[in-house]
Amino acid sequence: MRFLSNFVNGLGLGSVYAIIALGYTMVYGIAKMLNFAHGDVIMVGAYVAFFALTRFHVPLIPGILAAVICCTVLGVVIERLAYKPLRQASSLSVLITAIGVSYFLQNSAQLLWSASPKMFPSIISTGALEFGGLSISYLTLITIATCLVVMVCLTLFINKTKTGSAMRACSEDKGAATLMGINVNKIISITFAIGSGLAAIASVLLCANYPTVTPTLGSMPGIKAFTAAVFGGIGSIPGALLGGLLLGIIEILSKAYISTNLSDVIVFGVLIVILLVKPTGLLGKNIREKV
Amino acid sequence: MLKVENLKVRYGMIEAIKGISFEVRDGEIVTLIGANGAGKTTTMHAISGLIKTAEGTISLDGTELTKIPPHKIVGLGLAQVPEGRRVFAQQTVEENLILGAYLRRDQGEIAKDIQDVYQTFPRLGERRTQAAGTLSGGEQQMLAMGRALMAKPSILLLDEPSMGLSPLLVSEIFQIIEEINKKGTTILLVEQNAKRALSIANRAYVLETGRITLEGTGEGLARDERVRKAYLGG
Repeated sequence: MRFLSNFVNGLGLGSVYAIIALGYTMVYGIAKMLNFAHGDVIMVGAYVAFFALTRFHVPLIPGILAAVICCTVLGVVIERLAYKPLRQASSLSVLITAIGVSYFLQNSAQLLWSASPKMFPSIISTGALEFGGLSISYLTLITIATCLVVMVCLTLFINKTKTGSAMRACSEDKGAATLMGINVNKIISITFAIGSGLAAIASVLLCANYPTVTPTLGSMPGIKAFTAAVFGGIGSIPGALLGGLLLGIIEILSKAYISTNLSDVIVFGVLIVILLVKPTGLLGKNIREKV
Repeated sequence: MLKVENLKVRYGMIEAIKGISFEVRDGEIVTLIGANGAGKTTTMHAISGLIKTAEGTISLDGTELTKIPPHKIVGLGLAQVPEGRRVFAQQTVEENLILGAYLRRDQGEIAKDIQDVYQTFPRLGERRTQAAGTLSGGEQQMLAMGRALMAKPSILLLDEPSMGLSPLLVSEIFQIIEEINKKGTTILLVEQNAKRALSIANRAYVLETGRITLEGTGEGLARDERVRKAYLGG
Protein backbone atom coordinates (compact mmCIF):
# COMPACT_ATOMS: atom_id res chain seq x y z
CA MET A 1 0.00 0.00 0.00
CA ARG A 2 2.86 2.35 0.79
CA PHE A 3 4.35 1.52 -2.56
CA LEU A 4 1.11 2.43 -4.31
CA SER A 5 0.88 5.75 -2.53
CA ASN A 6 4.51 6.52 -3.41
CA PHE A 7 3.77 5.56 -6.99
CA VAL A 8 0.84 7.97 -7.17
CA ASN A 9 2.96 10.74 -5.66
CA GLY A 10 5.53 9.99 -8.33
CA LEU A 11 2.83 10.36 -10.96
CA GLY A 12 1.95 13.72 -9.43
CA LEU A 13 5.51 15.04 -9.56
CA GLY A 14 5.94 13.47 -13.00
CA SER A 15 2.86 15.32 -14.24
CA VAL A 16 4.52 18.65 -13.41
CA TYR A 17 7.70 17.56 -15.17
CA ALA A 18 5.63 16.44 -18.17
CA ILE A 19 3.90 19.81 -18.53
CA ILE A 20 7.26 21.60 -18.40
CA ALA A 21 8.83 19.05 -20.74
CA LEU A 22 6.15 19.85 -23.34
CA GLY A 23 7.58 23.37 -23.60
CA TYR A 24 11.07 22.04 -24.26
CA THR A 25 9.97 19.39 -26.69
CA MET A 26 7.61 21.58 -28.75
CA VAL A 27 10.15 24.36 -29.12
CA TYR A 28 12.81 21.83 -30.04
CA GLY A 29 10.51 20.09 -32.51
CA ILE A 30 9.71 23.30 -34.36
CA ALA A 31 12.49 25.83 -33.80
CA LYS A 32 15.17 23.07 -33.46
CA MET A 33 16.65 24.80 -30.43
CA LEU A 34 16.98 24.07 -26.73
CA ASN A 35 15.36 26.92 -24.83
CA PHE A 36 17.28 26.79 -21.57
CA ALA A 37 15.41 29.87 -20.37
CA HIS A 38 12.23 27.77 -20.18
CA GLY A 39 12.78 26.95 -16.49
CA ASP A 40 13.06 30.64 -15.69
CA VAL A 41 9.77 31.38 -17.40
CA ILE A 42 8.31 29.04 -14.77
CA MET A 43 9.95 31.15 -12.07
CA VAL A 44 8.39 34.34 -13.51
CA GLY A 45 5.01 32.57 -13.60
CA ALA A 46 5.43 31.64 -9.94
CA TYR A 47 6.13 35.25 -8.94
CA VAL A 48 3.21 36.58 -10.98
CA ALA A 49 0.84 34.06 -9.38
CA PHE A 50 2.33 34.78 -5.95
CA PHE A 51 1.83 38.54 -6.22
CA ALA A 52 -1.61 38.17 -7.78
CA LEU A 53 -2.81 35.91 -4.98
CA THR A 54 -1.15 37.58 -1.98
CA ARG A 55 -0.74 41.28 -2.83
CA PHE A 56 -3.72 41.84 -5.06
CA HIS A 57 -5.94 39.18 -3.48
CA VAL A 58 -7.11 37.92 -6.84
CA PRO A 59 -9.11 34.66 -6.73
CA LEU A 60 -7.28 31.47 -7.70
CA ILE A 61 -8.45 31.01 -11.30
CA PRO A 62 -7.89 34.65 -12.42
CA GLY A 63 -4.54 34.50 -10.59
CA ILE A 64 -3.48 31.47 -12.63
CA LEU A 65 -4.79 33.19 -15.74
CA ALA A 66 -2.65 36.25 -15.00
CA ALA A 67 0.42 34.01 -14.74
CA VAL A 68 -0.47 32.26 -18.00
CA ILE A 69 -0.90 35.57 -19.85
CA CYS A 70 2.34 37.06 -18.48
CA CYS A 71 4.36 33.95 -19.31
CA THR A 72 2.85 33.66 -22.80
CA VAL A 73 3.79 37.26 -23.57
CA LEU A 74 7.23 36.78 -21.99
CA GLY A 75 7.88 33.66 -24.08
CA VAL A 76 6.93 35.40 -27.33
CA VAL A 77 9.00 38.49 -26.44
CA ILE A 78 12.06 36.37 -25.58
CA GLU A 79 11.76 34.59 -28.92
CA ARG A 80 11.41 37.85 -30.87
CA LEU A 81 14.23 39.70 -29.17
CA ALA A 82 16.76 36.99 -28.39
CA TYR A 83 16.25 34.04 -30.74
CA LYS A 84 14.68 35.37 -33.94
CA PRO A 85 17.74 37.45 -34.93
CA LEU A 86 19.74 34.20 -34.70
CA ARG A 87 17.55 32.18 -37.09
CA GLN A 88 20.46 31.71 -39.52
CA ALA A 89 23.15 31.43 -36.82
CA SER A 90 24.79 28.21 -35.62
CA SER A 91 22.91 26.21 -33.02
CA LEU A 92 25.75 26.83 -30.57
CA SER A 93 25.14 30.60 -30.68
CA VAL A 94 21.45 30.03 -30.01
CA LEU A 95 22.23 27.71 -27.10
CA ILE A 96 24.58 30.24 -25.49
CA THR A 97 21.97 32.97 -25.99
CA ALA A 98 19.38 30.79 -24.26
CA ILE A 99 21.70 30.33 -21.27
CA GLY A 100 22.21 34.11 -21.28
CA VAL A 101 18.46 34.74 -21.26
CA SER A 102 18.16 32.30 -18.36
CA TYR A 103 20.71 34.25 -16.26
CA PHE A 104 19.12 37.53 -17.32
CA LEU A 105 15.71 36.42 -16.01
CA GLN A 106 17.13 35.02 -12.75
CA ASN A 107 19.10 38.15 -11.98
CA SER A 108 16.28 40.47 -12.98
CA ALA A 109 14.01 38.58 -10.59
CA GLN A 110 16.57 38.92 -7.83
CA LEU A 111 16.87 42.65 -8.50
CA LEU A 112 13.11 43.18 -8.61
CA TRP A 113 11.93 40.85 -5.89
CA SER A 114 15.12 40.13 -3.84
CA ALA A 115 16.66 36.73 -3.24
CA SER A 116 14.76 36.06 -0.03
CA PRO A 117 12.26 33.24 -0.45
CA LYS A 118 8.55 34.00 -0.46
CA MET A 119 5.96 31.58 0.84
CA PHE A 120 3.40 30.60 -1.77
CA PRO A 121 -0.10 30.52 -0.26
CA SER A 122 -1.78 27.16 0.07
CA ILE A 123 -4.28 27.18 -2.75
CA ILE A 124 -5.71 23.72 -2.92
CA SER A 125 -7.43 22.11 0.06
CA THR A 126 -5.02 19.91 1.97
CA GLY A 127 -7.47 17.04 2.26
CA ALA A 128 -6.94 13.60 0.84
CA LEU A 129 -8.96 10.98 -0.88
CA GLU A 130 -9.03 7.77 1.17
CA PHE A 131 -9.97 4.35 -0.03
CA GLY A 132 -8.87 0.95 1.20
CA GLY A 133 -6.04 2.37 3.30
CA LEU A 134 -4.64 4.30 0.33
CA SER A 135 -4.56 8.05 0.78
CA ILE A 136 -3.99 10.42 -2.12
CA SER A 137 -3.98 14.16 -1.54
CA TYR A 138 -6.38 16.25 -3.61
CA LEU A 139 -3.40 18.28 -4.73
CA THR A 140 -1.80 15.23 -6.33
CA LEU A 141 -5.08 14.27 -7.98
CA ILE A 142 -5.56 17.79 -9.37
CA THR A 143 -1.97 17.85 -10.62
CA ILE A 144 -2.39 14.54 -12.46
CA ALA A 145 -5.77 15.59 -13.84
CA THR A 146 -4.37 18.91 -15.09
CA CYS A 147 -1.57 17.09 -16.87
CA LEU A 148 -4.04 14.75 -18.57
CA VAL A 149 -6.30 17.62 -19.68
CA VAL A 150 -3.30 19.55 -21.04
CA MET A 151 -2.11 16.47 -22.92
CA VAL A 152 -5.48 15.75 -24.49
CA CYS A 153 -6.06 19.37 -25.52
CA LEU A 154 -2.58 19.71 -26.98
CA THR A 155 -2.81 16.44 -28.90
CA LEU A 156 -6.16 17.48 -30.37
CA PHE A 157 -4.78 20.90 -31.24
CA ILE A 158 -1.70 19.48 -32.99
CA ASN A 159 -3.58 16.78 -34.90
CA LYS A 160 -6.96 18.32 -35.64
CA THR A 161 -6.45 22.02 -36.30
CA LYS A 162 -5.01 23.83 -39.29
CA THR A 163 -2.42 25.59 -37.12
CA GLY A 164 -1.47 22.22 -35.62
CA SER A 165 -0.94 20.74 -39.04
CA ALA A 166 1.15 23.77 -40.03
CA MET A 167 3.22 23.21 -36.88
CA ARG A 168 3.84 19.59 -37.87
CA ALA A 169 4.80 20.72 -41.37
CA CYS A 170 7.26 23.29 -39.96
CA SER A 171 8.84 20.68 -37.72
CA GLU A 172 9.55 18.51 -40.77
CA ASP A 173 10.65 21.02 -43.40
CA LYS A 174 10.50 24.80 -42.96
CA GLY A 175 11.35 25.51 -46.60
CA ALA A 176 8.57 23.29 -47.94
CA ALA A 177 6.20 24.75 -45.34
CA THR A 178 7.00 28.25 -46.63
CA LEU A 179 6.19 27.09 -50.17
CA MET A 180 2.72 26.09 -48.89
CA GLY A 181 2.21 29.67 -47.69
CA ILE A 182 2.85 28.93 -44.00
CA ASN A 183 4.37 31.86 -42.11
CA VAL A 184 7.13 29.98 -40.28
CA ASN A 185 7.95 32.89 -37.96
CA LYS A 186 4.35 33.07 -36.83
CA ILE A 187 4.28 29.32 -36.15
CA ILE A 188 7.47 29.59 -34.07
CA SER A 189 5.88 32.44 -32.07
CA ILE A 190 2.77 30.34 -31.45
CA THR A 191 4.95 27.46 -30.27
CA PHE A 192 6.75 29.68 -27.78
CA ALA A 193 3.42 31.09 -26.63
CA ILE A 194 1.97 27.63 -25.95
CA GLY A 195 5.13 26.34 -24.26
CA SER A 196 5.36 29.39 -22.01
CA GLY A 197 1.65 29.35 -21.15
CA LEU A 198 2.08 25.72 -20.07
CA ALA A 199 5.10 26.77 -18.02
CA ALA A 200 2.82 29.12 -16.08
CA ILE A 201 0.39 26.30 -15.31
CA ALA A 202 3.33 24.15 -14.22
CA SER A 203 4.60 26.96 -11.99
CA VAL A 204 1.34 27.09 -10.03
CA LEU A 205 1.28 23.28 -9.62
CA LEU A 206 4.93 23.30 -8.61
CA CYS A 207 4.43 26.02 -6.00
CA ALA A 208 1.33 24.32 -4.66
CA ASN A 209 3.52 21.27 -3.99
CA TYR A 210 6.73 23.08 -2.95
CA PRO A 211 5.64 26.50 -1.72
CA THR A 212 8.93 28.42 -1.71
CA VAL A 213 9.30 31.07 -4.42
CA THR A 214 12.87 32.15 -5.20
CA PRO A 215 14.59 33.57 -8.31
CA THR A 216 16.24 30.21 -9.01
CA LEU A 217 13.10 28.18 -8.46
CA GLY A 218 12.87 27.20 -12.13
CA SER A 219 16.40 25.84 -12.60
CA MET A 220 16.10 22.37 -11.11
CA PRO A 221 12.58 21.54 -12.39
CA GLY A 222 13.71 23.00 -15.73
CA ILE A 223 16.69 20.67 -15.96
CA LYS A 224 14.63 17.71 -14.75
CA ALA A 225 11.93 18.42 -17.33
CA PHE A 226 14.54 18.84 -20.03
CA THR A 227 15.88 15.45 -18.98
CA ALA A 228 12.34 14.08 -19.17
CA ALA A 229 11.97 15.45 -22.70
CA VAL A 230 15.23 13.83 -23.81
CA PHE A 231 14.29 10.66 -21.93
CA GLY A 232 11.03 10.33 -23.86
CA GLY A 233 12.54 11.45 -27.16
CA ILE A 234 12.90 15.18 -27.71
CA GLY A 235 10.47 16.56 -30.25
CA SER A 236 7.81 13.97 -29.36
CA ILE A 237 4.75 15.07 -27.37
CA PRO A 238 3.78 11.60 -26.06
CA GLY A 239 7.50 11.22 -25.29
CA ALA A 240 7.38 14.28 -23.02
CA LEU A 241 4.45 12.77 -21.11
CA LEU A 242 6.09 9.36 -20.78
CA GLY A 243 9.48 10.84 -19.89
CA GLY A 244 7.99 13.22 -17.34
CA LEU A 245 5.91 10.56 -15.59
CA LEU A 246 8.77 8.04 -15.50
CA LEU A 247 11.15 10.65 -14.15
CA GLY A 248 8.73 11.61 -11.38
CA ILE A 249 8.11 7.98 -10.42
CA ILE A 250 11.80 7.09 -10.41
CA GLU A 251 12.60 10.16 -8.33
CA ILE A 252 9.94 9.53 -5.67
CA LEU A 253 10.60 5.78 -5.49
CA SER A 254 14.34 6.28 -5.09
CA LYS A 255 13.68 8.86 -2.39
CA ALA A 256 11.38 6.45 -0.59
CA TYR A 257 13.34 3.24 -0.89
CA ILE A 258 16.97 4.05 -1.61
CA SER A 259 18.16 7.45 -0.48
CA THR A 260 16.90 11.02 -0.51
CA ASN A 261 20.37 12.28 -1.31
CA LEU A 262 20.95 9.85 -4.14
CA SER A 263 17.61 10.32 -5.90
CA ASP A 264 18.97 12.79 -8.48
CA VAL A 265 21.98 10.57 -9.09
CA ILE A 266 19.63 7.70 -9.83
CA VAL A 267 17.38 9.82 -12.07
CA PHE A 268 20.27 11.03 -14.22
CA GLY A 269 21.91 7.58 -14.08
CA VAL A 270 18.78 6.05 -15.61
CA LEU A 271 18.82 8.79 -18.29
CA ILE A 272 22.40 7.93 -19.24
CA VAL A 273 21.59 4.23 -19.48
CA ILE A 274 18.50 4.88 -21.63
CA LEU A 275 20.44 7.16 -23.97
CA LEU A 276 23.21 4.57 -24.30
CA VAL A 277 20.68 1.94 -25.32
CA LYS A 278 18.40 4.18 -27.36
CA PRO A 279 20.07 7.49 -28.25
CA THR A 280 16.86 9.04 -29.62
CA GLY A 281 14.99 8.52 -26.33
CA LEU A 282 12.09 6.17 -25.62
CA LEU A 283 9.68 7.44 -28.29
CA GLY A 284 12.14 9.46 -30.35
CA LYS A 285 12.21 9.24 -34.10
CA ASN A 286 15.41 8.70 -35.97
CA ILE A 287 16.99 12.05 -36.53
CA ARG A 288 18.40 12.47 -39.98
CA GLU A 289 20.88 15.26 -40.43
CA LYS A 290 19.90 17.31 -43.43
CA VAL A 291 22.45 19.06 -45.57
CA MET B 1 3.62 36.58 -66.67
CA LEU B 2 6.91 35.82 -64.87
CA LYS B 3 9.81 38.09 -65.71
CA VAL B 4 13.29 37.73 -64.25
CA GLU B 5 15.74 40.56 -64.94
CA ASN B 6 19.46 40.74 -64.18
CA LEU B 7 19.06 38.33 -61.24
CA LYS B 8 22.14 37.82 -59.08
CA VAL B 9 22.41 35.47 -56.09
CA ARG B 10 25.42 35.16 -53.83
CA TYR B 11 26.38 32.51 -51.30
CA GLY B 12 28.87 34.42 -49.16
CA MET B 13 31.58 35.52 -51.55
CA ILE B 14 30.56 33.20 -54.33
CA GLU B 15 28.24 34.49 -56.99
CA ALA B 16 26.04 31.54 -57.93
CA ILE B 17 23.80 33.44 -60.34
CA LYS B 18 25.61 36.11 -62.27
CA GLY B 19 22.88 38.29 -63.67
CA ILE B 20 20.35 36.26 -65.65
CA SER B 21 17.22 37.44 -67.43
CA PHE B 22 14.41 35.32 -68.79
CA GLU B 23 10.68 35.33 -69.00
CA VAL B 24 7.76 32.93 -69.01
CA ARG B 25 4.67 34.05 -70.92
CA ASP B 26 1.10 33.14 -70.17
CA GLY B 27 0.27 29.51 -71.10
CA GLU B 28 3.81 28.52 -72.04
CA ILE B 29 6.01 25.64 -70.99
CA VAL B 30 9.46 27.12 -70.54
CA THR B 31 12.42 25.03 -69.50
CA LEU B 32 15.72 25.91 -67.93
CA ILE B 33 18.28 23.24 -68.72
CA GLY B 34 21.84 22.93 -67.54
CA ALA B 35 24.35 20.70 -65.82
CA ASN B 36 24.59 19.99 -62.12
CA GLY B 37 25.69 23.14 -60.32
CA ALA B 38 24.71 25.52 -63.10
CA GLY B 39 22.38 27.36 -60.72
CA LYS B 40 19.00 25.95 -61.73
CA THR B 41 17.72 25.20 -58.24
CA THR B 42 19.18 28.46 -56.91
CA THR B 43 17.15 30.31 -59.55
CA MET B 44 14.00 28.44 -58.51
CA HIS B 45 14.59 29.19 -54.84
CA ALA B 46 15.18 32.85 -55.62
CA ILE B 47 11.84 33.05 -57.44
CA SER B 48 9.86 31.49 -54.60
CA GLY B 49 11.74 33.51 -52.00
CA LEU B 50 13.51 30.65 -50.21
CA ILE B 51 16.83 32.45 -50.71
CA LYS B 52 17.58 36.14 -50.81
CA THR B 53 18.57 37.72 -54.10
CA ALA B 54 21.56 40.05 -54.28
CA GLU B 55 20.42 42.11 -57.26
CA GLY B 56 17.82 42.17 -59.98
CA THR B 57 14.08 41.89 -60.15
CA ILE B 58 11.59 39.04 -60.35
CA SER B 59 8.09 40.11 -61.24
CA LEU B 60 4.92 38.06 -61.43
CA ASP B 61 2.14 39.83 -63.34
CA GLY B 62 3.75 43.11 -62.37
CA THR B 63 4.21 42.31 -58.64
CA GLU B 64 7.81 42.45 -57.46
CA LEU B 65 8.48 39.13 -55.68
CA THR B 66 11.84 40.03 -54.11
CA LYS B 67 10.10 42.59 -51.91
CA ILE B 68 7.41 40.41 -50.34
CA PRO B 69 7.77 37.77 -47.60
CA PRO B 70 8.30 34.27 -49.08
CA HIS B 71 5.17 32.70 -47.55
CA LYS B 72 3.00 35.21 -49.40
CA ILE B 73 4.29 34.29 -52.87
CA VAL B 74 2.15 31.16 -53.27
CA GLY B 75 -0.90 33.32 -52.61
CA LEU B 76 -0.08 35.31 -55.75
CA GLY B 77 -0.50 32.19 -57.87
CA LEU B 78 3.04 30.81 -58.04
CA ALA B 79 3.55 27.31 -56.66
CA GLN B 80 6.73 25.28 -56.66
CA VAL B 81 7.42 21.55 -56.71
CA PRO B 82 10.82 21.56 -55.04
CA GLU B 83 13.83 19.48 -55.96
CA GLY B 84 13.82 16.21 -54.04
CA ARG B 85 9.99 16.42 -53.70
CA ARG B 86 10.14 17.46 -50.00
CA VAL B 87 6.76 16.00 -49.10
CA PHE B 88 5.86 16.03 -45.39
CA ALA B 89 6.92 12.45 -44.73
CA GLN B 90 5.13 11.99 -41.42
CA GLN B 91 1.81 13.33 -42.62
CA THR B 92 -0.61 11.36 -44.75
CA VAL B 93 -1.06 11.84 -48.49
CA GLU B 94 -4.32 13.68 -47.90
CA GLU B 95 -2.86 15.89 -45.16
CA ASN B 96 -0.09 16.86 -47.58
CA LEU B 97 -2.68 17.85 -50.18
CA ILE B 98 -4.64 19.87 -47.61
CA LEU B 99 -1.42 21.70 -46.67
CA GLY B 100 -1.02 22.56 -50.34
CA ALA B 101 -4.28 24.51 -50.04
CA TYR B 102 -3.12 26.22 -46.82
CA LEU B 103 -3.99 29.76 -47.89
CA ARG B 104 -7.33 28.90 -49.48
CA ARG B 105 -10.56 29.48 -47.58
CA ASP B 106 -13.03 27.71 -49.91
CA GLN B 107 -13.47 24.42 -48.02
CA GLY B 108 -15.94 22.89 -50.48
CA GLU B 109 -13.74 23.63 -53.49
CA ILE B 110 -10.71 22.17 -51.67
CA ALA B 111 -12.49 18.83 -51.21
CA LYS B 112 -13.36 18.82 -54.89
CA ASP B 113 -9.79 19.65 -55.92
CA ILE B 114 -8.45 16.79 -53.80
CA GLN B 115 -10.69 14.46 -55.82
CA ASP B 116 -9.30 16.04 -59.02
CA VAL B 117 -5.76 15.30 -57.85
CA TYR B 118 -6.76 11.67 -57.20
CA GLN B 119 -8.19 11.55 -60.70
CA THR B 120 -4.93 12.82 -62.19
CA PHE B 121 -2.84 10.56 -59.94
CA PRO B 122 -4.97 7.48 -59.11
CA ARG B 123 -2.17 5.95 -57.06
CA LEU B 124 -2.36 8.84 -54.59
CA GLY B 125 -6.05 8.10 -54.09
CA GLU B 126 -5.25 4.50 -53.23
CA ARG B 127 -2.70 5.67 -50.66
CA ARG B 128 -4.58 8.65 -49.26
CA THR B 129 -4.33 7.58 -45.61
CA GLN B 130 -0.73 6.41 -45.86
CA ALA B 131 2.16 8.49 -44.47
CA ALA B 132 3.87 10.26 -47.37
CA GLY B 133 7.24 8.91 -46.26
CA THR B 134 6.14 5.37 -47.11
CA LEU B 135 5.49 6.21 -50.79
CA SER B 136 7.88 5.30 -53.60
CA GLY B 137 9.95 8.02 -55.26
CA GLY B 138 7.56 8.30 -58.19
CA GLU B 139 4.53 8.49 -55.92
CA GLN B 140 6.22 11.16 -53.82
CA GLN B 141 6.88 13.15 -57.00
CA MET B 142 3.19 12.87 -57.89
CA LEU B 143 2.24 13.95 -54.36
CA ALA B 144 4.56 16.96 -54.53
CA MET B 145 2.93 17.93 -57.84
CA GLY B 146 -0.58 17.35 -56.52
CA ARG B 147 0.24 19.35 -53.41
CA ALA B 148 1.46 22.29 -55.51
CA LEU B 149 -1.66 22.10 -57.71
CA MET B 150 -3.84 22.37 -54.60
CA ALA B 151 -2.78 26.02 -54.36
CA LYS B 152 -4.50 26.57 -57.74
CA PRO B 153 -1.43 28.26 -59.18
CA SER B 154 -1.47 30.21 -62.42
CA ILE B 155 2.21 29.29 -62.83
CA LEU B 156 3.81 26.06 -61.63
CA LEU B 157 7.55 25.74 -61.08
CA LEU B 158 8.91 22.20 -61.30
CA ASP B 159 12.44 21.50 -60.12
CA GLU B 160 13.94 18.27 -61.48
CA PRO B 161 10.71 16.25 -61.49
CA SER B 162 12.39 13.31 -63.25
CA MET B 163 15.23 12.94 -60.78
CA GLY B 164 15.76 9.35 -59.66
CA LEU B 165 12.76 7.95 -61.52
CA SER B 166 12.59 5.03 -63.95
CA PRO B 167 12.24 5.94 -67.66
CA LEU B 168 8.66 4.69 -67.63
CA LEU B 169 7.72 6.93 -64.72
CA VAL B 170 9.56 9.85 -66.30
CA SER B 171 7.33 9.50 -69.38
CA GLU B 172 4.26 9.44 -67.17
CA ILE B 173 5.35 12.53 -65.24
CA PHE B 174 6.12 14.48 -68.42
CA GLN B 175 2.78 13.51 -69.91
CA ILE B 176 1.05 14.84 -66.80
CA ILE B 177 3.05 18.09 -66.98
CA GLU B 178 1.75 18.59 -70.52
CA GLU B 179 -1.81 17.85 -69.36
CA ILE B 180 -1.54 20.36 -66.51
CA ASN B 181 -0.33 22.93 -69.05
CA LYS B 182 -3.21 22.18 -71.42
CA LYS B 183 -5.66 22.83 -68.59
CA GLY B 184 -4.30 26.39 -68.43
CA THR B 185 -1.38 26.41 -65.99
CA THR B 186 1.84 28.05 -67.16
CA ILE B 187 4.92 25.90 -66.48
CA LEU B 188 8.53 26.70 -65.67
CA LEU B 189 10.48 23.46 -65.72
CA VAL B 190 14.04 22.94 -64.55
CA GLU B 191 15.62 19.73 -65.77
CA GLN B 192 18.86 17.85 -66.18
CA ASN B 193 17.03 15.53 -68.53
CA ALA B 194 17.38 18.03 -71.35
CA LYS B 195 16.03 15.79 -74.08
CA ARG B 196 12.68 15.24 -72.39
CA ALA B 197 12.41 18.83 -71.22
CA LEU B 198 13.08 20.27 -74.69
CA SER B 199 10.56 17.88 -76.24
CA ILE B 200 7.65 19.44 -74.33
CA ALA B 201 8.90 23.04 -74.02
CA ASN B 202 7.71 25.98 -76.11
CA ARG B 203 10.87 27.85 -75.26
CA ALA B 204 14.07 27.03 -73.43
CA TYR B 205 17.11 28.62 -71.82
CA VAL B 206 20.50 27.02 -71.23
CA LEU B 207 22.08 27.88 -67.89
CA GLU B 208 25.85 27.46 -67.49
CA THR B 209 27.63 28.32 -64.22
CA GLY B 210 25.25 31.10 -63.33
CA ARG B 211 24.77 32.59 -66.80
CA ILE B 212 22.26 32.06 -69.58
CA THR B 213 24.29 31.10 -72.62
CA LEU B 214 21.61 30.10 -75.12
CA GLU B 215 17.92 30.57 -75.65
CA GLY B 216 15.40 29.55 -78.23
CA THR B 217 12.40 27.38 -78.93
CA GLY B 218 12.38 23.87 -77.49
CA GLU B 219 12.65 22.39 -80.95
CA GLY B 220 15.34 24.84 -82.04
CA LEU B 221 17.58 24.15 -79.08
CA ALA B 222 17.08 20.40 -79.44
CA ARG B 223 18.60 20.73 -82.93
CA ASP B 224 21.34 23.16 -81.87
CA GLU B 225 24.78 21.66 -82.29
CA ARG B 226 26.14 23.05 -78.99
CA VAL B 227 23.16 21.80 -77.00
CA ARG B 228 23.35 18.39 -78.66
CA LYS B 229 27.03 18.08 -77.77
CA ALA B 230 26.76 19.27 -74.20
CA TYR B 231 23.38 17.97 -73.04
CA LEU B 232 21.93 15.47 -75.47
CA GLY B 233 24.90 13.13 -75.78
CA GLY B 234 26.04 14.12 -79.29
